[in-house]
Parts: sequence; structure tokens; C-alpha cells
Amino acid sequence: MKERTGFVPGAADGQGGPQGSSPHDGDVRPQQGWPRRRGRWHYRPGRWARGPRIDGPLRRRRDDRLVAGVAAGLAARTGIDVTVIRIGFVVASLLSLFGVAAYVVAWLLLPAEGADGNIGGRALTDRRGIALAAGLGSLLCVLFFIASTVGAGWLGSLAWPLVVSVAGITLIWRNAPADEQAVLHRLVGPVLGLAEGGRRSRSPLRIAAAVLLLVVGLGLLLAGRTPPALLQPVAGVVLVMAAIVVGLGPWWLRIARDLVMERQARARAEERADMAARVHDSVLQTLALIQRRADQPQQVIQLARAQERELRSWLFDGPPPGSVAGQAMTLAAGVRLIQQEVEAQHEIAVEAVTVGDCELDDDLSALLAAAREATVNAAKWSGAPVVSLFAEVEPAEVVLFVRDRGRGFDPETVPGDRKGLAESIHARITRRGGSATVRSAPGEGTEVSLVMPRGAGRRQPSRPARA
Amino acid sequence: MPGSPASGGDRPRVFIVDDHGLFRSGVRSELGDQVDVVGEAEDVAPAIARIAECLPDVVLLDVHLPGGGGQNVVTATKAAHPQVRFLALSASDAPEDVIAVIRAGARGYVTKTISGTELVDAVYRVAAGDAVFSPRLAGFVLDAFAALAPAVEGRQTFDPELDQLTPREREVLRLIARGYTYKEIARELYISGKTVESHVSSVLRKLQLSTRHQLTRWATERRLT
Repeated sequence: MKERTGFVPGAADGQGGPQGSSPHDGDVRPQQGWPRRRGRWHYRPGRWARGPRIDGPLRRRRDDRLVAGVAAGLAARTGIDVTVIRIGFVVASLLSLFGVAAYVVAWLLLPAEGADGNIGGRALTDRRGIALAAGLGSLLCVLFFIASTVGAGWLGSLAWPLVVSVAGITLIWRNAPADEQAVLHRLVGPVLGLAEGGRRSRSPLRIAAAVLLLVVGLGLLLAGRTPPALLQPVAGVVLVMAAIVVGLGPWWLRIARDLVMERQARARAEERADMAARVHDSVLQTLALIQRRADQPQQVIQLARAQERELRSWLFDGPPPGSVAGQAMTLAAGVRLIQQEVEAQHEIAVEAVTVGDCELDDDLSALLAAAREATVNAAKWSGAPVVSLFAEVEPAEVVLFVRDRGRGFDPETVPGDRKGLAESIHARITRRGGSATVRSAPGEGTEVSLVMPRGAGRRQPSRPARA
Repeated sequence: MPGSPASGGDRPRVFIVDDHGLFRSGVRSELGDQVDVVGEAEDVAPAIARIAECLPDVVLLDVHLPGGGGQNVVTATKAAHPQVRFLALSASDAPEDVIAVIRAGARGYVTKTISGTELVDAVYRVAAGDAVFSPRLAGFVLDAFAALAPAVEGRQTFDPELDQLTPREREVLRLIARGYTYKEIARELYISGKTVESHVSSVLRKLQLSTRHQLTRWATERRLT
């Protein structure tokens, strides 16, 4: 155990101080060459650097992560305060980009908490991903080579960490689970947006910059009264660059196209998941209801008609079923709508309470759709006469609770094909950066807590009509 | 029940004010023989007169009555018979009406969806002098005090104590709004049931005593939106 804390060597031993949880520290420490750390005046500075420590293998934490949970995992494993480790990473990144590279490698190699393998393992089977990473890496290598021949040798110190980081991030991007991709998207999105937005708004700006650079460069070259002999190496560099572009250009183009196709495929997959969730919310739910009321033909007809209307309006014009957007403009109105609909379709009273209110955006609509699903679940399965729905709008987030005092269940034993909980509620919320937890036990009722950060939805709307 | 005037034996004496006869008989049968229903009325004026006659322990009061808001019954009775306690009961109401009844002196508010046993429980609680908050009332109160908070900062407050909730009170109200019973709240927050009750009573006191205009302004703004 002690040996494995060596991931951050200096920090682990230097600032950890005596650990309350491991009684052997006193014996080990003097041999590590810092006997004075135990002195009184060092004891206090050590204290703030300590956090709670968890034994067990090193894992990336899901609950306390800024990017991928590497720092939090290290903190939990070594007992050093997570802030200290984060500062360490940032400082290492500022010095030489080494911190970024180390972080990316750790992201690839450390399994996430609760997952059964690391991303690197999955990436090994992803041939296109490896080709992509290799392509981007080689492109960077060539760029650095050119940079060093033109004399910008200082760039060379950044080369390796950058190559490693870019290749690593490419692999992570292709192989990470959805929630981590969302994190990546949030981090890298602005950079990509800069490059892509050029097509429309920034393109005059870019052309202007290119012309300016060209003019200044040519001006410097020609006005400097340089003897033509000195221009020779420059010409050589230009020729080498041209050769590289001609030789490797098509390959890079293909990689770029792959990247675009990759993004489109991802958007399609997301759309499909959303569609599945919606069909589940509407059609499958109604079918289940019809089965349960098979002895009441009047109600069955009524349900079928309502469902038909809803499905038609979704297919041919209006808002999708199960979504409250389009009908409700604010969160409180959306909650009221859920209350009315569920009370009308199921024999249950919905006690809806909202505190505060705000405009609906895509994220909050997803939150409401998940809440509706949770309420319908309670109506169908709990057996309770009342389900409570509570939403509170806070400055930074919206929290929503759906609670019943019905028969409850054991969340561990829900079969995988029962999509309601997993897909409609959990995935729908986490896809958009929120969180969903279910608290239930047989006989004790169920409470679903949903949290959605506000204003996190500045990412591009994920379902534009371009497909 | 300790604290309840023992004029009708151990069972609290209950009076029902509601303009729907069907609802009155429904409540009567739901309460069953666990309480002593001593009378009913269907409008403000007869209610005031009959309540003064039979002096019940608890009046179940509809918020909306043909002859005016339920709060008129409360104010008219409070002056002469302060021992009569009121529990507001209604189907679905605008927050300003509910807050008005509470501020007039009702000890609690429950919605008509409440189950029979819970209603009996609420009646006993009010008879014992405790406050009864339904999830909806808890939501209204959280909303009202949240709306007050920004206004409080800039201006001089008469009594800051009365104008805001303590974090603990807010926590208790949130759990009520989420559908927790007092017992469940006590378990969730690791406090005793008595402490939960005292938090709720203190919120009720703040609600009734706070003289701030903001509370009424909040209510009128809600009416406009």
C-alpha cells in the first residue's frame, strides 16, 4: 500500500503528515529522509493539506470531479487534500504541459469508480480511433519539426506532452462513456467552436489575418535587403512543407472527414436514445396501462385514442409526447402540467409544490420529462394514493423531488430491460450534466431526486434539423 | 390529547365550515368517531354565530366561501374566543388566499386530497396547539420568504428575526414540501419530533407576526402573474 502512493511522490510524503488511520506511519517516516516533518511547526501546515482517505485500489472518482476525477481519486487514495493535488496538476501544466499529459494518461489508464475497465483497454480495440490518434500525432510532429527548422526551437519542449495529450484525448473522446464525453465536450467545445465557427462568422476575420501575416512576412523578407543566398533555406523549408502537404495531405483530409462523420454518428446515436426514451414514455407506458385495465373497455378506448392523438401530433407537427416544452413556458407551469396529466391518466393524486420559477430551456425540459416519468412510475407501481412532486429553483440549480409512500423496491434488482428508470430518468438527466438519485426500499416508498444545473445548456442544441 | 380543552371528553370537538354539503358529509364520515363533530355551517355569517354558540376546539375552514374569504371567520372569532383553533382546508387555492387565512390566525393548512387518517392527525395536532403545514403551504412559505430576502438587504428592517427563516426551518419546510411526515423529518434530520414541531410553530409565528409589507406585496404579485 505504502509503495503505491508514489504517484505524486513529493506531495504524498511531504504534506501528508502523520495519518490518523495508519498507525505505522511513525515507523516508516524517519526512513524516508524527512524526519523533521514530524516536528511541531510542520504539523500544522500539514493539517490543511489532508482530506479523508479511502483504502482500496486507485480509481477515478465520479462524485467529486472537475474533469475526470483523477485528482479526486488520487486524493482519496493518498489522503492529501484534493485542492493540493489539483494545484499540483495546474502548476505542472503551466510549466511544461507535462501536467496535462500526465492527467490524460491517468484518465486513460485509471478505471472510473464502479466501472469494470479503463478507457485505454477499450481504446485498444478501436482501430479507427488509434489511426486517428496516430494521424493527429504525426501532424503535430511535422508541425514541430517545421517549427524547429524555422528557429522556434523553444516550441520543442512542448512537443511531447502535447502529442501525448492530443492522442490521448482523441482516444478518450472515442471510447469514454457518455457522461465523460459530456465533460470533454464542455472543455474542448469552445476550441472546436473557434475553428468551426470560422466557416460563417469568423471567415472574413481569418482571411484578413492571413493577408496581414502574408504581407508582413513578404515585406520583412524583401525589405530587409537580405542577400538572395539567405533566402535559400527559406525556400527549402517552403519546399519541404509543400512536399509534406502533397504527401500526407490526403490522409489528413481523410482524418478530418472521419472526425466530422464521427460527430454526426454520435449526434445520431444521441437522437436515437432520446427517441427511445420518448417512445417509452408515451407508447410503452400507454400499452402497459391498457394491459392493466383490460377489463374496462371504455377506459382502454379512451387511452388508445389519447395516445393516438399524441403520437400523431408528434409525428406530423407538434411537440413530442412526454415533453412539456412547447406547452409550458416556465418550470412551475410545467410541473402543474405534469400534475394535471398524471392525475387525469392514473388514479392517483399528485401533490405538486414549486418554489420559485424560471424560464424553461432544453436542460430544464429534460428535467421535467424525467420528473414526469418518475411521477408516472410512482402512479403505476407504488400503489400509494398520493405522490408528492416538489421543485425548487435555486440560483445555481433546479432541484426536483418525486416521492411516494408506496411499496418501494430495491433499486439494485431492477432488470435491465425495464427502461424507465435507467434510460428515461437517469440517462436523460446525466446527458445534460445533471444528476439523478433514487432512494427506495421495499415497504418504505420511493424518492427520486433530480438536480439540473441552471444555464449549463449553452452547449449547442443537440438536435438541430441538419441530419 | 394533552393541551386540548377537555369539554367533549378526550376527542376534540370539531366544527366544519364549507359551502359544499357533499364535502361536509364526506369529511364527517372520514373523521368518523375519532373526533366529535359538533356542527357545520356553509357561509361566513352563520359560521361566526354557530361557532360562538358551540365553541369547538377546532374549526375546519374552507378558504373560499360565498360570503367572503375564510379569514373573516377567523378574525371575527379570534377576538372573542381565542381558544378556538382553525385549520384551513381547501381543494386548490391561490397562495395569497392561503397566506391570508394563516395570517388571520389559522394554525395550519391542508389540502382536500389529504387522507382520512392524516386529517384526524392534523385535527389532533391543531387541537394540541401545534401547527400543521401541508406540502403546499410549506412551498408557499418558502416562496414568500425567498421573495423577501433580497428586499431585506437593501432596506432597514423592523425585525430581522421575523423576516427570515433560519436554515433549519427552511430545511424542515423543504422536507414537508417533499411529502415527508413530521416523524420522517425527525428521522431524516436526526432531531426529535418535538423539535420538528417547534420549528414549524416558529415558522407559523413568523408568518403571522411579520408586519412586513413585502409579504402582502409578494402575495399581490403572485395574483398578477
